[in-house]
Parts: sequence; C-alpha cells; structure tokens
Amino acid sequence: MSRPLAPELFASLDPLSLAGSRCPACATVQFPPAPQCAHCAADGPAPIALPTSGRIWTWTVQRFAPKAPYVSPASGFVPYPVGYVDLGEVLVETLLQVGDRSPAIGDEVHLRRAPVGTGEHFTYAFGA
Amino acid sequence: MNDNDIYVVGAGIHAFGRHEGVSGADQAVVTTRAALTDAGLGWDKVDVAVGGSNTGKPDSLVARLGLTGVAFTAVRNGCATGGIALATAANALRAGQGEVAAVIGFDKHVRGAFATDPAAYGLDAWYGTTGLMVTTQYFAMRTKRYQHEHDLPDLTLAQVAVRASRNGAAHPHAWRRRELTTDEVLGAPMVSDPLTNLMFCQPDEGAVALILARGSRAFDLCPAPVRLAAVTVRTRGPGSFEVFSPWLSPQRAGSPSSAAGRDALRQAGITAADVQVAQVQDTDCGSELIHLAETGLCRDGEQVELLATGATDATGRLPVNTDGGCLANGEPIGASGLRQVHEVVRQLQGRAAGHAVPGAPRVGFTHVYGAPGVSACTVLMRSDR
Ligand SMILES: [Zn+2]
Repeated sequence: MSRPLAPELFASLDPLSLAGSRCPACATVQFPPAPQCAHCAADGPAPIALPTSGRIWTWTVQRFAPKAPYVSPASGFVPYPVGYVDLGEVLVETLLQVGDRSPAIGDEVHLRRAPVGTGEHFTYAFGA
Repeated sequence: MNDNDIYVVGAGIHAFGRHEGVSGADQAVVTTRAALTDAGLGWDKVDVAVGGSNTGKPDSLVARLGLTGVAFTAVRNGCATGGIALATAANALRAGQGEVAAVIGFDKHVRGAFATDPAAYGLDAWYGTTGLMVTTQYFAMRTKRYQHEHDLPDLTLAQVAVRASRNGAAHPHAWRRRELTTDEVLGAPMVSDPLTNLMFCQPDEGAVALILARGSRAFDLCPAPVRLAAVTVRTRGPGSFEVFSPWLSPQRAGSPSSAAGRDALRQAGITAADVQVAQVQDTDCGSELIHLAETGLCRDGEQVELLATGATDATGRLPVNTDGGCLANGEPIGASGLRQVHEVVRQLQGRAAGHAVPGAPRVGFTHVYGAPGVSACTVLMRSDR
C-alpha cells in the first residue's frame, strides 16, 4: 500500500484533498500550511482543505532528469509536465497528468495521486 | 564633483568559459591585479574589499593579493551576488570606511544545471524529491505565462538568443562565440517548453573585479571614471512570481526587479528613456524579455517590436546585453553581475571590446536577479570633471 511522501501536504487521504492555511489577519491562503503567514508574518494561520479542482495557470515540461534530491521512477526517467493550478484563493505548483495531450493554460484539472520513485510513496498531481 | 559620489576607476575581467587547471581563485587574483593596474593602484591602497562567490571563499584571496589587513566582506546571494557585492562596497565607501574599494566576483561551477538543497531555501525535502525544485522549470513556466498574458511569440524568444550570439561572437571575453540563426534556436532540443537548450545560459567559470573610489580621488586615478549614480538591492514582495515557490498568491504584484529598477532610476534622477546601454539578467531568453519590462526599460508586449526591429542591437535605440549577456558568457554566478557593470563601464568609456554602442553613450543600466527573489540594479554615468 502506497504511503504519502509528505503527509503534511494532505488535509485528507480519502477523499484526497490538499492542506493549506488561511491567515487570520490578511486572509492569504498558502500551501503547504505554515505556522506563520508568508505575506504579513501573523502567527496562527488556520488549517484548511484546498479545493480539489482548478485551472492550469502556467505549465512546462521537465525534459531532463533533475539532480538529487529528485528520484526518478524505477523504470527510468521520463519527461513530466509541471505547472501551477489556479484553485481560486491560491495557485499551487504541481505535477500535471494530462496523458498524451499537451497541457494548456485554462484547462480544468482535478487533484489525484502520483507515484514517487519506486512507487512506495505517492505525492499529489492534477490531471484532466 | 561631490566626495560622496562613488566612481568606478578600474575594471578587470577574466574570460568566461571553461578553464581546465585554473581555479576560481586563480581567475580572481589575475582579474583583481588587472583592475588595480587599470586604476594605477597597488593592493596596499585598497581600504575596503568585498568578494562574492558561491563556490569559493573570497576573503582567502588576501593570501595572494597581500596581507594588508584590509576589511574584507564576503557575500553570497545566488545569481544576484555581483550586484550585492557592488552595493556593499559602495555603501562602505559612503559610510566613510575608506577612499578606495575593490569588488571581486568569481565562480567555477561544475557542468550541468545547478543542484539545490531545499533546506537551504526553507523548503521541505518533498519539493526536491518530486521534481519541482528546478530553476530552468521556473524560468520556463514564467515565460509561458508571460507569453500568454502579453502575446509574445516563440520567435521573439529566439531573436534574443540570436542577438546574444551575435554580440558574443564579437566579444573576446565571451564563452560562446558562434552566431546562431532563429531556425537553429527554435529547432534545438526542448529543455523546458517553450525554452530550447539554445535559449538557456549555462553555468561556467570566470571572474570580474572593479575598483571604486570616492569623488575626491576618482579623477586622479582614472582619466574617464564612471559614476555609480545608483546601486539598489530589493527582495520580493507578496504576490510576486519567484523561483522555488510551491504556491503563489492569485493577487499578482510587482517583482524585486521592478522595485530595484524603479529605485535605481529614482536614485540616479533619470527615467528609463535616458538609458543608452543596458544589461539585464538573461539566464534564458524569456527572462531577458520579462526583465526588460520589469525594470521599466520597455512596456509589456513591446518586446516583440524591439526585437523584430533590432532596437536592442548595439546600434539600436536600446542596446541590451552588448557583450552577449549570460547567454553568450555563461553564468559563473558570483561574477555575473559584475560582468554586466564591466561591460557598461567599457561602453561608457569608449573602450568596449566587442560591438561598441555608437554616439558616445553617457548613461548605462544593469540588472541582476537571483533566487529566491532578489534583484540588484545599477545606473552608471560617464563623468566629466
Ligand atoms: Zn497574513
């Protein structure tokens, strides 16, 4: 059974949702949740679950294997699309899973799991 | 002249590229001696020194330049290192810590993309492990969004690389000296869409040194001192789109380059229209285009026309990266911001080594950007006594 690589990224595993936090002073939403607001430095942002659907805000394809600490899949490196997804109150950087298509700005995408390295762990991705 | 004014009175550069068997410190020593010679000074006349490097230990250079007891500060600010070293030295002179300062930047990087430890940037390991912490990826995503918002075709990106290669080909200190065509640039293997491998600069080696002096000394040391009319450093504000950001605010706001650029023009008492030669950080073609707008040198979207009409060529209305920039020189990151200043100083002195800007330009501008959202800008002015 695959486990989350970084459990703190998730508000819930079933159904899957990402964890964020909202600043009590300026309402900035950030991901992952943080003990201090990155905008105004106020203490105690409240944990929230982020929306699980959004639209691609920008994207690219990573076409060479990054150096460590990146871990390639057991079967070897394959280029992977990444981007930022607009979830309304926050844009989240993410792996994109769009099959054989090219990602496009404005495309609707939904949260899902993505295997990391040998598949013992998973992280988050957004896909069509 | 005002004694609080700071001038560049000497400059030296070690050719950028790959130098087998020559250490980063070796390059820095040769370069510092060249800059001192340019100013007609010995190391023993330097009151304050600032060195910037991400692979070496700058203050150890005193063992090879002379154990004079000089106050030596080392700085390390990613790709903005050179600009911040210069600001630190200028501020020390303004604060009365001496009359003459040396600023030295050098680096010697291993081949290939930079490897970065998430913890050094306050990020958790997952960010690197899952393949999101890659600088080239950031530059590509930022370019893709900017193209979408301001209608910039891939051809404009390619034209940046073509002009950089033409300037680099004419410059004896540049690393890449082959002229490229737009077809070659667009047809090269994609690194991160929309940027091909000919649209990126690469880590390499090199060193630059500058000698600064206060106004009371400048004209005795140099027949054509160049006034450092402004030097600014700014970090990011909320809502800017910076490298190594797992999240962004949907409320977009100005970047550190906008802030540093605006401050520099204001400090110097000029507007962007007064700039006659500019160096902006071009780690990739998209970054040059974005930085031109962020620093106020052009409007968003105007880049299409500027590149298509040759306005950013050495002979154009706004000459940009006349030595080939990072694209032709590569990026030894401690030296990179000082290379920009070196090139502008030589242009303003009428001593440019490659393509010279015609018409005896008087006002130059430099801009450098580093992770995670720090920019440094200068305004340089040719001075008459
Ligand atoms: Zn806040």
